[in-house]
Amino acid sequence: MRVALFITCVNDTLFPGTGRAVVTLLRRLGCDIEFPQAQTCCGQMHVNTGYPEEGRRLARHFLDVFAGYDAVVAPSGSCAAMVREQYPRLVGTDEAAATVPKVHELSEFLVDVLGVTDVGASFPHRVTYHPTCHSLRGLHLGDRPTRLLQQVRGLELVPLPGAEECCGFGGTFAVKNPAVSAAMCGDKVGNIMATGAEVLCAADNSCLMHIGGTLKRQRAGVRIMHLAEILATTEATR
Amino acid sequence: MSGGNTFLGMPAFPQNAAAAVQDSQLRFNLRKATHTIRGKRASVVAELPDWEELRTAGKEIKDHTLRNLERYLLQLEEAVTAAGGHVHWAADAEEANRIVAGLVKATGETTVVKVKSMATQEIGLNEALEDQGISAYETDLAELIVQLGDDWPSHILVPAIHRNRSEIREIFQEKMASFGRAAPEGLTDEPRALAEAARLHLRERFLSTKVAISGANFMIAETGTLVVLESEGNGRMCLTLPETLISVVGIEKLLPTWQDLEVFLQLLPRSSTGERMNPYTSTWTGAVEGQEFHLVLLDNGRTRVLADEVGRQALRCIRCSACLNVCPVYERAGGHAYGSVYPGPIGAILTPQLRGMESELDASLPYASTLCGACFEACPVAIDIPEVLIHLRGKARHPRAERLGMRAAGWVLNSPARLAGAQRLGGRLRRFVPGRLPGPLSAWTDTRDIPDIPAESFRDWWGRTDGGTR
Ligand code: SF4
Repeated sequence: MRVALFITCVNDTLFPGTGRAVVTLLRRLGCDIEFPQAQTCCGQMHVNTGYPEEGRRLARHFLDVFAGYDAVVAPSGSCAAMVREQYPRLVGTDEAAATVPKVHELSEFLVDVLGVTDVGASFPHRVTYHPTCHSLRGLHLGDRPTRLLQQVRGLELVPLPGAEECCGFGGTFAVKNPAVSAAMCGDKVGNIMATGAEVLCAADNSCLMHIGGTLKRQRAGVRIMHLAEILATTEATR
Repeated sequence: MSGGNTFLGMPAFPQNAAAAVQDSQLRFNLRKATHTIRGKRASVVAELPDWEELRTAGKEIKDHTLRNLERYLLQLEEAVTAAGGHVHWAADAEEANRIVAGLVKATGETTVVKVKSMATQEIGLNEALEDQGISAYETDLAELIVQLGDDWPSHILVPAIHRNRSEIREIFQEKMASFGRAAPEGLTDEPRALAEAARLHLRERFLSTKVAISGANFMIAETGTLVVLESEGNGRMCLTLPETLISVVGIEKLLPTWQDLEVFLQLLPRSSTGERMNPYTSTWTGAVEGQEFHLVLLDNGRTRVLADEVGRQALRCIRCSACLNVCPVYERAGGHAYGSVYPGPIGAILTPQLRGMESELDASLPYASTLCGACFEACPVAIDIPEVLIHLRGKARHPRAERLGMRAAGWVLNSPARLAGAQRLGGRLRRFVPGRLPGPLSAWTDTRDIPDIPAESFRDWWGRTDGGTR
């Protein structure tokens, strides 16, 4: 199986550690992975902000880059949802048909394609999980991520009150409607603090960047970690 | 007084919302009300094993009707006329208001009672009647509160959602007398006492008024029947007591057959009030003995919406307000920030389509969402609100600076070499990035820290280490 990594532009640029964790994790599970160097961005920012033409160009580029692989794995629920939900509308169902179904969010790939929930990770900390809207309602990831976390040695998973509520990031929403965005994130942070967790985990670094930025500003002492980073950690690497 | 026109000229959504977010009483009232009704809705929806099938049926009936709207409207006109009613066609708000004012004047009356109706608010009917010397009295409890308080409705179903009990008590005490029967002495803020005060006030009004104006939740083409669902029974009083009944209804409210109603009588109450069934369902067909009946069919932008292939799904809306109650943005911003009688997610897609996106406010509405998808999930007729939001954003005017920025970003992202170059530049300049960013980006750093910019991008790491193998 030729597995391609779609690291996404935000991870590539701002969170390379997440990409490295995906590499570590998938190699450990025996996958042969490639990183097609021509990849850039799924086009979500452009499409969601109202620039469909630019988005369409990026979508075509994505489809060119990833056409030849058996599976494409992305450590972002939001970008995977963009490809799966919006590409058929954006470039037409025929053009999207060959590549789009092969695009998987990381936890989907682990649980549905590889058929594992115990990935051999060890992370003895108190963790709470924020499902993020596009993972929850776009991809319907359901309990896949939490099933994976539950198998991690030493990890104590604490439920997050109001988990399914949006954190207020919404891409350019956070800049276009800063007051509402901040109010939403304030409530999210309050709920996170109430759990007493040391780590906030999600499958999307953009939401984590927004929540993490607020946690840091408030000196809340809660770390953010991408799901891949927790799953990549073993006793040996800890 | 509530109506459609004075909303215009409001500043854009972000400014309105920023002010609302500061109002802690408002935020508390909204949070409490939306979360209560959200919970009720979720539990009664979960009771029905075939909810998804019902939802699909609702969507399909509406789509079929919209595709054949002209045919069904003509069928409706024929049926209403055959049953002794009069049908009038109104292309826009102005024409509808003129028709209604003319009909009221013909009766020689100067006061009318109203059944809660979104369509008449959309066209600013109350103000238009007032200009003609006709006083319109709202009889829905929440609408009454809004009208007495000289306020704007801020929710489709619960127009006074932004008010709490003690505020309502004050409004009753101060204003009821100038509208009719005064509030009783020593009125408390107990829900029962408030409801009783409203009941006495309204009863006097029902018994003395000869003209009523209503909207309708549904119109049935096959039989010419109009249908109103309500909780209080005040609407039923208006529909039956007066000598003249004028119903103003948007042309999209149509259903082909009586049997189609079965689907919507399940979808609407569960989605809207979180009840299995609403307490009162009134139906009327044409004129009954001793009453004259007029139906004003309102377009007011609807055929234009119908022409937009993606946007037209907004016309499936049955105004249940489920999308408002689950919307995190509505919960913080409140209904007034949307500057329209249709607030929340449905307002964000319907209002700019009905009015066009020329004003700053209307152009900002498609951006009043994080695209979290909660509205789509809750909508009983499966309107893909995020899809329409994105579609409208594609048609909106963009500020110049944003256009340039997005074009530049598109240029960089369109080439892996340029992206890698930009990442390396960012990595090199990372120490110089200030904690507070300038311009529009300051909105980010006002409340959030920016992440540390890494020294090396993933792609450079992959290149340098040959995918981590070196
Ligand atoms: S858009 Fe859907 S959820 Fe919102 S009010 Fe209309 S029918 Fe209800």
